[in-house]
Amino acid sequence: MQSIQLAFPDWLIIATYFIFVLGIGAYLKKYTKDESDFFLAGRRNTAWVSGLAFLSANLGALELLGMTGNTLKYGMYVAHFYWVGAIPAMVFLGIYMMPFYYSSKIKSVPGYLKLRFDEKTRVLNAIAFGVMTLLVSGINLYAMALVLRTFLGWNWDVSMWVSAATVAAYITMSGLLSAMFTEIIQFFLIWFGLFLVAVLGILEVGGVQEVFARVPTAYSALWSTSANAADNGMLVTWGGVVLGLGFVLSFGYWTTDFLVVQRAMVAKDLRAARQTPILASFFKMAVPFLVIVPGLIAYILSHDPNSGFTLLQDGGVVNYDSALPLLVARYYPIGLVGLGITALLAGFMAGQAGNVSAFNTVWTYDIYQALFKKDASSEHLMWMGRAATIAGIFISVATAYWAKSFPSIMDYMQAIFSWVNAPLFATMLLGMFVRWITPNGAFWGLLAGMGSSVALFLAVKFDWIDKSLITLSSVASDMAANFWRAWWAWLICFVVTIAVSFVTARKPEEELVGLVKGLTKEAAVAHVPIYKTPEFYAVLSMLAVIALNVYFW
Amino acid sequence: MSAKTVHMKPIWYFVGLLLLGMGSVILLTGLYLFFFEVKSQTVFAELHPNIWWGAVMVIAGGVFFFFNRKPRA
Repeated sequence: MQSIQLAFPDWLIIATYFIFVLGIGAYLKKYTKDESDFFLAGRRNTAWVSGLAFLSANLGALELLGMTGNTLKYGMYVAHFYWVGAIPAMVFLGIYMMPFYYSSKIKSVPGYLKLRFDEKTRVLNAIAFGVMTLLVSGINLYAMALVLRTFLGWNWDVSMWVSAATVAAYITMSGLLSAMFTEIIQFFLIWFGLFLVAVLGILEVGGVQEVFARVPTAYSALWSTSANAADNGMLVTWGGVVLGLGFVLSFGYWTTDFLVVQRAMVAKDLRAARQTPILASFFKMAVPFLVIVPGLIAYILSHDPNSGFTLLQDGGVVNYDSALPLLVARYYPIGLVGLGITALLAGFMAGQAGNVSAFNTVWTYDIYQALFKKDASSEHLMWMGRAATIAGIFISVATAYWAKSFPSIMDYMQAIFSWVNAPLFATMLLGMFVRWITPNGAFWGLLAGMGSSVALFLAVKFDWIDKSLITLSSVASDMAANFWRAWWAWLICFVVTIAVSFVTARKPEEELVGLVKGLTKEAAVAHVPIYKTPEFYAVLSMLAVIALNVYFW
Repeated sequence: MSAKTVHMKPIWYFVGLLLLGMGSVILLTGLYLFFFEVKSQTVFAELHPNIWWGAVMVIAGGVFFFFNRKPRA
C-alpha cells in the first residue's frame, strides 16, 4: 500500500505532542520529591483525574485498532467487551472492593495479598504481573512500530526507540503522576482525534439507520443471536459471553489488574477512590462510538465495490486491523490526519507508560523490597523505581525485537490476561468476602488456576484436546475458547482455594480486620447529598448499560 | 497529600493548552487550504472538516485553559 503522506502541519502536531509530554514530565519533576509522589502520585487526585486515567490505561491504540478490526470480523457483538464485559465489573470494584483496597493503605494489588494471606502469594502474583506487564508492553511497542511502518513508512528502529526513550524520560522524571497526566491527554486526543471518523463515516453511508440496515442481522445484534453459537459472528453463546467475558475476564481485569486499579488507589480519599471506576464506566460505555461504528462502516465500505475502500492483505490474509488507519486516511485532510496519527501514537505511548509505571511499583515494593531489602529508605526506593523504569523500558524494547522475529507471539497476547487475571479474581473474591480462606489455600489455588489456564491454552493451541471440550459447543472460535478458558481457570482456582483452606491453618481474625468483609467496620462517611455518592452513580451506570443492551438486543 | 504538591497547575490546564495549540494548527491549515483553493483527495473534503473541527478544538481548549489558569492546592 502507498504510505499515508504527512504534510508540515501534520508533523507539527506530532512534534507538539512529543514536546508536550516531555514538558509535562519536566514540570512535574519538581513536585516529585519522595516515594509517595513517585509511586502514588501523592495520593491527591480527584475522582475525575483518577477516573479518566483509569479508563485511559485501558484505552490503548492496540485496543482501538483491534476492536475496530474485530467489529469487521464479528460485528456488533464486540460491544459486549465494552458493556457487559466491563461496566458491572467497574461498578463492583467501586462499590464493594475499593473500600478494602483503599482503606488498607496498600501500594499495590500484590500488597493486599501480603496483608490478607502471606508473602509467598504476594510474590507469586507480583512475578506473574511483572512478566505479563513487560510482555504486553513489548508486544504493544512491536505493534506500534508495525502500524507506523505499514501506514506511514516510518523506520522500524527509529519509531520504537524514540517512543520508548520519550516514555522512559517522563516516567523517570515524575513517575505515576506524569503517567496519569499523559493518560488524560491521551483520552482527549483519542476522542478529538477519532470522533470525526465515525461522524464522517455515518454521513457517507447515509445515517445511523442506514449503517444498521446495511450489515447482516448477525452483525447488528447483541443477544438475539446468542442462543446458538453459529448464529453470531463471534461463534460464542450467551453462556460464554456471560460466564467467560462478563464474569471472569471482565471482573478479573477490571478489579485485580494493578495497571488500572492503581489509578483508583491513588485518589485523594475513599469516596474519590470509589467514584473512580464508576465515573470511568460512563466513558467506557461511549467508546463503541469510536470503534464499533467505524468497524461497521469499514464492513459496509469494504463490501461496496464502488467505494474504493480495500482492506490491506498480509500474505493473502485480510488484515482487519488496518480498518481504522485506512478510514483516517480516507476522511482526514492535512492537519486532521496529523491529529489522527497523534491520537494513535498517544494511545501506544501512554499504554506503555501505564505498563511501566505499574511494573516499577510492583517490582520495587513487592519483589525488591519484599525479598532483598526490607529496610530500604524512601530515597532508595525512589531510586530503585527510576532504575526499574529504565530497565522495564529496555526489556520492553528487547521483547519487541523478539516479537519482530517471532510474530506469532501476537496470538498469545489475548491469552496472557486469562493466565494471570482470571484466577487472581477468584483469589481476591474469596479473600475479601470469606474470612476462613487460608494463606496456603490462596497460594495453591492461584498456582493451580494459573497453571491450568496455561495448560488449557497450550492443549488447544497444539491440538492436544479439541476446542469443543472447553467451549461446550461444537462450533467455537478462538475468542470463544478464550472466554471459556478464563472461566475454567477461575473455577479451578476457586475450588482448589476452598479445598486447601479446609485442611490448612487460618490467619487469626484480628490480623484480617480492614481486609475482609464482616471483620471490617464500615468507614464513617461524611454526610453528602445522595447525588454525590458512588452508589447513586453506580445505579445510573447500571441502568444505562441495561438500556443499551435492551436497545441493541 | 504532601505540602510540596500545592500550587501545581491542574491537568486541565495542560489539556486546554494542547487542544488550543493543535486546534489552531488544524484551523489555520484548513483556512489556508480553503482560501488558496488547494484540492484535497479525501472524502468530504468539500465540507472542510479541518476548519470546523479545528475551531471546535480551539474553543474547547480555550475553555479548559481559561478556567484552569491558576495553580490549585
